[in-house]
Amino acid sequence: MMNNQDIEQLLDNMVNELQQQLQQRQIKDPIMIGIHRGGVWIAQRLHEKMGLDSALGSLDISFYRDDFTRIGMNPQVQPSELPMSIDDQHIILIDDVLHTGRTIRAAMNELFDYGRPASILLAVLVERNAHELPIQADVIGKRLQLNNDEHIKLTGPAPLELVLQKIS
Amino acid sequence: MSQTNLQIDQQGKLKHFLSIEGLNRQLLIDILDTAESFSGVAEQSVKKVPLLRGRTIVNLFFEASTRTRTTFEVAAKRLSADVLNLNISASSTIKGESLLDTLRNLEAMNCDMFVVRHGDSGAAHFIARHVAPHVSVINAGDGRHAHPTQAMLDMFTIRRHKGDDFGRLRVAIVGDLLHSRVARSQIHALNLLNTGEVRVVAPKTLLPKYAEDLGVKIYHDMDEGINDADVIIMLRLQRERMKGARLPSEHEYFQLYGLTEKRMQYAQKDVLVMHPGPINRGVEIESRVADGPHSVILQQVTHGIAVRMAVMSMAMQTQGSSHE
Repeated sequence: MMNNQDIEQLLDNMVNELQQQLQQRQIKDPIMIGIHRGGVWIAQRLHEKMGLDSALGSLDISFYRDDFTRIGMNPQVQPSELPMSIDDQHIILIDDVLHTGRTIRAAMNELFDYGRPASILLAVLVERNAHELPIQADVIGKRLQLNNDEHIKLTGPAPLELVLQKIS
Repeated sequence: MSQTNLQIDQQGKLKHFLSIEGLNRQLLIDILDTAESFSGVAEQSVKKVPLLRGRTIVNLFFEASTRTRTTFEVAAKRLSADVLNLNISASSTIKGESLLDTLRNLEAMNCDMFVVRHGDSGAAHFIARHVAPHVSVINAGDGRHAHPTQAMLDMFTIRRHKGDDFGRLRVAIVGDLLHSRVARSQIHALNLLNTGEVRVVAPKTLLPKYAEDLGVKIYHDMDEGINDADVIIMLRLQRERMKGARLPSEHEYFQLYGLTEKRMQYAQKDVLVMHPGPINRGVEIESRVADGPHSVILQQVTHGIAVRMAVMSMAMQTQGSSHE
């Protein structure tokens, strides 16, 4: 559906928009945190393109999912890694696809278990329809309108590709 | 119903955790991997994850054990579960109506999990057979039978230090094998993880008759038993055993089977020294060894929390599939 080159273009646009938003909000040293797995791949690219000083963080929200008893436990959970205290820090939270909003809700719950950030700015590569929670991204690479039986998936880490799947 | 069926649900997931026997290697690895993920929770400023929020876990202890109960309690609380601690008189029999009444009452309060410690072998299995279908049972030590979470935290500690390949390890378990539920579970776990060589080192009076059937090498001489060992697991000696005819004296036991700095020279240079605690210093182990650079005894306690979090959360899930 979208190849690595298309995605690079989206990432460049996102960098511009993020920098504008940071300027408007007068944020100088944000901490970027990607959500496993696709969000981390995107965050790695954005972090590099923006030349951020602080180390990149990562979150695995498996322990914060609201559907744990339905879908069970994945034993390969990657421990979350935050490079520093997030108290009073400005966070840029990155995910690949914003769909229902439940992953972002879980990620914010987890972040608050590490500390109290000054602000969180949400950037996603793709925002698709069918939100189930009132969560909106601040920076969006691409908006997609998909049918209920369609699912968008990011494959990576290199090359990055967006693949459209039909749910059987 | 067989032990295997009792512990594992129709999807092959852990339902109860009663003994290592009846489980498969992959399930043990899943427990270790899941525990690895939980080990980071203690580093958060809020040392909790919300996985079991709204669930009620009962520590049902028929036998006193402050340390084991505390680690289960900490593990449950780190998973955000509510915890009840019930210490029930040791005189209660597992077959008594009073126990079944207690279980029914706890089920009626919508409790979700029982962590059971009991002096009789088979008690946790008995309870698992009688609980309501939605309740999971974790064995926190029953008689001389099993202490599977202790065994798994030991496996976790070994893996942390020695890597995934148990096949290249020589592990020596030293002490009172006869009365040790911990040792039985350790041996089953080590065998299931394909450990290169599992040795037991003990006087004849403290070895069970079936020891050879467990697939271990038996040694009665400590120096030989720990020779080239990569891991030495010391077992706790119950002091009351001294009063029987099984052992001559604490002093003599220490002379023959105590782990001393001098004896450590026989083992590998990077040997791990483990003990399920609490230690009898100067009986099983010399203080300089217990507190020395090879000792991972306190790490075992820390790892016990992550392993118990893993087992509790795995047993509480109703079914599994991959996360995406």
